[in-house]
Amino acid sequence: MTARIATIFAQEFCMARRNLWVLLATIVLALFALALAFFVAGQGGALDADVLTLTSASLATLSVYLIPLIALLMSYDSFAGEIERGALALTFATPVRRWEVFVAKFLAQTAAVSVSIVSAYAVTGLAVLPFHGAEAEGIAAWLRLMASSVALGAVFVAVGLTLSALSSRTARAAAFAIGTWLLLVVLYDLALLGAIMASGEGTFASHVFPWLVMANPADAFRLFNLASLHAAPVAGIDGLARTLPFPPAAALGALLLWLAATIGIGIARTKRIVP
Amino acid sequence: MTDPILDIRNLSVSFGRLRALDDVSFMVAAGERLALIGHNGAGKSTLFKAVLGFLSPKAGAISVAGHIPGTDAARIAITYLPEVVAFPRSLSGREVLAYFSGLRNAPKAQISDLLDRVGLTEAADRAVGTYSKGMRQRLGLAQALIGAPRLLLLDEPTSGLDPVSRHDFYEVIAEAAARGAAVLLSSHGLEEIQSRTDRVAILSGGSLRAVGTMEDLAREAALPTTIRVTALQGEADRLHSELGGRRLNGCRLEIDCTPEAKLALLARLGTHRDVLQDIDVAAPGLDDIYRHHSRRSDMEESE
Repeated sequence: MTARIATIFAQEFCMARRNLWVLLATIVLALFALALAFFVAGQGGALDADVLTLTSASLATLSVYLIPLIALLMSYDSFAGEIERGALALTFATPVRRWEVFVAKFLAQTAAVSVSIVSAYAVTGLAVLPFHGAEAEGIAAWLRLMASSVALGAVFVAVGLTLSALSSRTARAAAFAIGTWLLLVVLYDLALLGAIMASGEGTFASHVFPWLVMANPADAFRLFNLASLHAAPVAGIDGLARTLPFPPAAALGALLLWLAATIGIGIARTKRIVP
Repeated sequence: MTDPILDIRNLSVSFGRLRALDDVSFMVAAGERLALIGHNGAGKSTLFKAVLGFLSPKAGAISVAGHIPGTDAARIAITYLPEVVAFPRSLSGREVLAYFSGLRNAPKAQISDLLDRVGLTEAADRAVGTYSKGMRQRLGLAQALIGAPRLLLLDEPTSGLDPVSRHDFYEVIAEAAARGAAVLLSSHGLEEIQSRTDRVAILSGGSLRAVGTMEDLAREAALPTTIRVTALQGEADRLHSELGGRRLNGCRLEIDCTPEAKLALLARLGTHRDVLQDIDVAAPGLDDIYRHHSRRSDMEESE
């Protein structure tokens, strides 16, 4: 079992590396993170918090858009493409278990996304340190951001793989992936904002709304990072972070639930594929 | 006869209301090569997927070395080469084989030998994206030889290959059969496999029309040998009234006869050599035999 998972893991990770996915994702993330960090630093004494804390707040908001996109792009073709090219039939003809294939692909692509996130954010953090120093709180916020970004990436790799297993054509898988990104990352927030404006102060705002935010992995990620910060100025939908009826760590629980659910659906679906 | 490695009995597979395979039965013994012939949509790929355990039969049973398709024992016994396969372009040939060796728990030490056997030693460390079609197909074959398989399933393995590659390909398959593997391969027509397999099964419209050696099939078809006679100007009428057959034009005549009657007819023609210009003897070709077997059953169906 472990030998087969290791075999698929090695091939998938090697392909992600050779297809320059890891490098590209690292560069994109690092450029955005560095730009944000030095923009924040440029405002200097206007803000009474250290650079890492403030940057982690802005970067959390940006990561919500970028990381799901990177994770979905890396995973959407994984099953659909191999079904189309006939490669999956060969894999399934060996004694490998279907769940092993799904889990190995998930682990490899999550590892690839994680390498990008960790190296990009680590480079940024280290680049900021010599100029602006850091307080313990800033470093903690930065580490929280890295860890929760990895979790967010893992959730969207699982979502992408499941969508890929559901659609046997690359083109359809791509459409599903982009649609999912738009829905969860962009439209969901707009709909929530509209709902809260329409309903005003009331039971919806205090009891339903926080759970709706938690139900979306992208929002849960942002909530976790912003609610954990005490110094950063937050506004709009994120202002909610201050009035949560549950601790910020619960948002991580929401991410884990999403992860477990999508992996479960993905494995069930992979078992039904006729390659 | 030894125990069959592949034993298919009364197999039927349906997709909704479409019957892709209907009551198909045949066996492949160890060391035997059986070619499954049929045109596109005849049900060849469906049959392979049923043997691999990807599709479950609606009726009937398949046994792979005594095991049900899809079980571990059956999957260990079978290796497979699909009709269309594109290995990841960025991996090298050696890496592709290492991947399948890992999944089949086969020794990695075997890989160099496999690459050598299909003539890919020099290209072993190049990316698959740079391979020609023939090289990719040979890599697919090497992959199907990993781990001493007992049954090789090769879906149209030589379509689109040039004659030299095709020849080499069948040589490797013959070696595998000589080591005791059963081989089931599919093809579009008899021409392509010629005498490179032991037996032939003809599949058409989801049912098995004929199984046997090439000679069996030719005998069963009992197709006539056609003798085309070109007579000298004005002599065709006399030949026609004496020997029968069909008049094609002023001086040409076509006579059908059984293979046994061929020599006698030629001898009779010999007595008329003063009025003959040319004789052409056309024995039924492989395509004629194939067409006979797949068409005969179509006619039975429409009756």
